[in-house]
Amino acid sequence: MDDIKYSTHSHSVNTYDPKKDYGTPKSIAEKNVTLDIDGVTVSVPEGTSIMHAAQLSGVSVPKLCATDSLEPFGSCRLCLVEIEGRRGYPASCTTPVAEGIKVHTQTSKLADVRRGVMELYISDHPLDCLTCAANGDCELQDMAGAVGLRDVRYGYEGENHLKQEKDESNPYFTFDPSKCIVCSRCVRACEETQGTFALTIEGRGFGSKVSAGNASFMDSECVSCGACVQACPTATLMEKTVIDAGTPEHSVTTTCAYCGVGCSFNAEMKGQEVVRMTPNKDGGANHGHSCVKGRFAWGYATHKDRITTPMIRKNITDPWQEVSWDEAINYAASEIKRIEAKYGKDAMGGITSSRCTNEEVYVTQKLVRAVFGTNNVDTCARVCHSPTGYGLKQTIGESAGTQTFDSVMKSDVILIIGANPTNGHPVFASQMKRRLREGAKLIIADPRAIDLVENSPHVRADYHLNLRPGTNVALISALAHVVVTEGLVKEDFVRERCEWDSFVVWRDFVAKPENSPEALESALGVKAEIMRAAARMFATGGNGAIYYGLGVTEHSQGSTMVMGIANLAMATGNVGREGVGINPLRGQNNVQGSCDMGSMPHEYPGYRHVSDPAAKALFEAAWGRPLSVEPGLRIPNMLDLAGEGRFKALYCVGEDIAQSDPNTQHVTHALESMECVIVQDLFLNETAMYAHVFFPGASFLEKSGTFTNAERRISPVRRVMSPKNGMEDWEITAKLSKALGYEMSYAHASEIMDEIAALTPTFKGVSFKKLDELGSIQWPCNDEAPTGTPTMHIDEFVRGKGKFFVTQYVPTTEKVNAKYPLILTTGRILSQYNVGAQTRRTKNVEWHSEDIVEIHPHDAEERGVKEGDWIGISSRAGETVLRATLTERVQPGVIYTTFHHPESGANVITTDNSDWATNCPEFKVTAVQVTRVHQLSDWQKHYKTFSDAQIAFANNKLSKKTQQPA
Amino acid sequence: MQTETLIKMANQIGDFFEAEPDKAQAQKDIANHLNRFWTKDMRNQIAKYAKEKQGAGLHAQVISAISAYLKA
Ligand code: SF4
Ligand code: SF4
Ligand code: SF4
Ligand code: FES
Repeated sequence: MDDIKYSTHSHSVNTYDPKKDYGTPKSIAEKNVTLDIDGVTVSVPEGTSIMHAAQLSGVSVPKLCATDSLEPFGSCRLCLVEIEGRRGYPASCTTPVAEGIKVHTQTSKLADVRRGVMELYISDHPLDCLTCAANGDCELQDMAGAVGLRDVRYGYEGENHLKQEKDESNPYFTFDPSKCIVCSRCVRACEETQGTFALTIEGRGFGSKVSAGNASFMDSECVSCGACVQACPTATLMEKTVIDAGTPEHSVTTTCAYCGVGCSFNAEMKGQEVVRMTPNKDGGANHGHSCVKGRFAWGYATHKDRITTPMIRKNITDPWQEVSWDEAINYAASEIKRIEAKYGKDAMGGITSSRCTNEEVYVTQKLVRAVFGTNNVDTCARVCHSPTGYGLKQTIGESAGTQTFDSVMKSDVILIIGANPTNGHPVFASQMKRRLREGAKLIIADPRAIDLVENSPHVRADYHLNLRPGTNVALISALAHVVVTEGLVKEDFVRERCEWDSFVVWRDFVAKPENSPEALESALGVKAEIMRAAARMFATGGNGAIYYGLGVTEHSQGSTMVMGIANLAMATGNVGREGVGINPLRGQNNVQGSCDMGSMPHEYPGYRHVSDPAAKALFEAAWGRPLSVEPGLRIPNMLDLAGEGRFKALYCVGEDIAQSDPNTQHVTHALESMECVIVQDLFLNETAMYAHVFFPGASFLEKSGTFTNAERRISPVRRVMSPKNGMEDWEITAKLSKALGYEMSYAHASEIMDEIAALTPTFKGVSFKKLDELGSIQWPCNDEAPTGTPTMHIDEFVRGKGKFFVTQYVPTTEKVNAKYPLILTTGRILSQYNVGAQTRRTKNVEWHSEDIVEIHPHDAEERGVKEGDWIGISSRAGETVLRATLTERVQPGVIYTTFHHPESGANVITTDNSDWATNCPEFKVTAVQVTRVHQLSDWQKHYKTFSDAQIAFANNKLSKKTQQPA
Repeated sequence: MQTETLIKMANQIGDFFEAEPDKAQAQKDIANHLNRFWTKDMRNQIAKYAKEKQGAGLHAQVISAISAYLKA
């Protein structure tokens, strides 16, 4: 008998399949409970819902309001089951399993009830399934089928919701309330998954409906993360691209090319066309969540501005000439050879970008070191996180964050310094907010009141240390002073794990009276007792985790501050387990990876110094070329020398130094002084306007490779369409190398990774094959840790013993005075990304179409500036004009802006000041004056003329047929 | 490169190691930093300047570091 066959053996639970919806979240309880579902014995962790257990045993219970990304709600009554010996019909989504119970999910009584429920839903639902955008991808439709609904007794004559108007205000998705079944999955997704609380269910009973706070989605608090769209079981919330193109037919898992969170996505395709990007539930960094950039802003890949044919020209005042790949490569190679012969190897170099894959960065630095024959290779991390690399290497021995993102779920006190996660790292911020809603404490050190201070629902900072820009090191000393002098040091940790001598020197230093909060109060502008309370909370509140961003690194003492952070974490014993750690939040997707791949002028892949004889021998043997033991030029050094006519050729891959680097006029002067600037990019970016050779690049959808996120997670980037420019970026570099006489014979990006793995101990176990199997891998990945290392420094620091460094506060030379009385600091916002080359070419501009300056009402009033006025901002470096907004988020004396739009010229005013150890620019502190003006600055006018001419050169390029005699 | 730029950079490095109580160690650390992160040309330029101009404008520690430990 069938019955006997099932009940006599304990059914082993099916393995978890991320593609299935289990209805309710996984339970992580350790104790197991055994029960019987439809005659099958299953054993599942305590706390699992009956619905989830049933799905594991292979039985799908009908459901509508439940989905496994959200806590169960129990409102639709479709998932009812019978339990022997219990009365009534409990909802399987809200009822947990219990030892020994016998559950029936299919009985004739249940079938009746379910059909009745469905009938009610359907009677108020348009029956246009055949023409509905969700046809075939609609849970309501599936359920109608599953419960065997054949007939709807209630007519459409009565009152219904079918005539309600659509809300199409959001550029990426539509809200069609006539299709809503009020399951509230969207509301709960916005709360639980995203943490924005933009949606509510308004009204009761029949009158209840989903509302974005009585506003259109666009005018509401909605940040367009897409979580509600993802959760909606019907076509009510639907991507516009799906409405336009129809449902996708295949899907490929890949990685977001924007920020350092590194979210995993499914590119859902129709042939070679992306229909939508949906967050991958199994993604290690994002667990099925997304932000507006990765989820929706990928249209730039097919934007009309993309350049897909190589171009060359003799002078930057000439129009571009379209040429074949061979011609472009050969021209570039001949220029490089000419310049080498005339000026020498050291007059040449390369710049890579955090927007490149690991494989692209690797081949570029290899080209420069092995073929150009110099170590003049640098990367844009120079201008963002180079101090992290330096500071963490010195103190703990590895230039990377210590934790996984998930670690935050075990943190008790979170200290955020100079980072704005809800804007810069939104998906991680959602996770952090979840932990904060569970009760973790929050301390924020930032000159400006970022959203987490008090502008996020159900989250509030316990302390906001609103220090003056440029005083970070004084703050960390003050906090450390409290820890040391109030006996809050975890001495056993320090004795066991750190160099005791270095600790003693540091302890005696921070204990000095001049490092007390009281002594530093006036320099910092933060009350001493608040610093004391915050330090006590951090040191004694349980697991303390520090998250920091560019507000720490982009200072003249950026590296000092990173070391100060490491000192504090070590002194309080907050390294080496989950819930704690030193966590740099990386700006761009592959900041970590580009540094790992040896794109800094002083080190090979895996952070080995170029003067290290063993490393040199290893790479010389592998590459078959002599290599230099001398560190090469950093980006600012290259630019300085170029301006003096001593640096002549630059191969710039995916980076836009003319917009992203400080003191724009200095940068453009340097570019103008070079003889061969080769730019490889998707678009004619600002740097390309000064280029002689343009190699069109491939977008992340058109190539294979890997990105490494802020938690050292290596994730695959997969080619889902053919490159519009004809080849992947690493192939371009390999072709250039070949034209220079050095063959790089890779057949596929995976072979580049194999070479990296063979040469880099921390990557030893990494391969594309393993990435296919595991989804992603956190390095170090080697024989000891074949599946990677989520938490580092567990029993021992990579450096052996942790080392404390004395961090003396040295005020920046960028000081305010009568002429420049205000401090400008810079940051970013959610919808735009870095220089904006991608996001400005998407509908994200509907949220942010220009860079705006925040100014305190008091400073504004003194200068007669009103909301929306144009203001001129002048610094020691230059002048620009932007529009002002008045807000108390900034403190008096400080103004703030973003730098996503080139015409803003935010970097025209930033100066050459930089970090002492790494030359990372001091973007966060510029002394300025502000005045009301009525016209653009001279720089902006000149910029406009120049960039219009350059764009015309590219638009009216000379094709080969129309080529004019020179 | 402009010598002023190099002087400023070197002094910033000197500032950081100022806090090191062991002066000889501080000088080694300063020179080590220059050796590891500056190009040969940059090191030679600052060394030449330090010698010719008796280190005018450079921190005392930096001058000692350059003369004692800088790699040529
Ligand atoms: S898109 Fe995100 S923020 Fe907007 S309503 Fe939906 S869940 Fe909330
Ligand atoms: S919009 Fe979708 S998710 Fe939200 S209540 Fe309606 S059907 Fe449910
Ligand atoms: S931009 Fe960052 S947070 Fe947003 S989807 Fe991409 S990786 Fe995730
Ligand atoms: S799925 Fe359980 S009540 Fe809706």
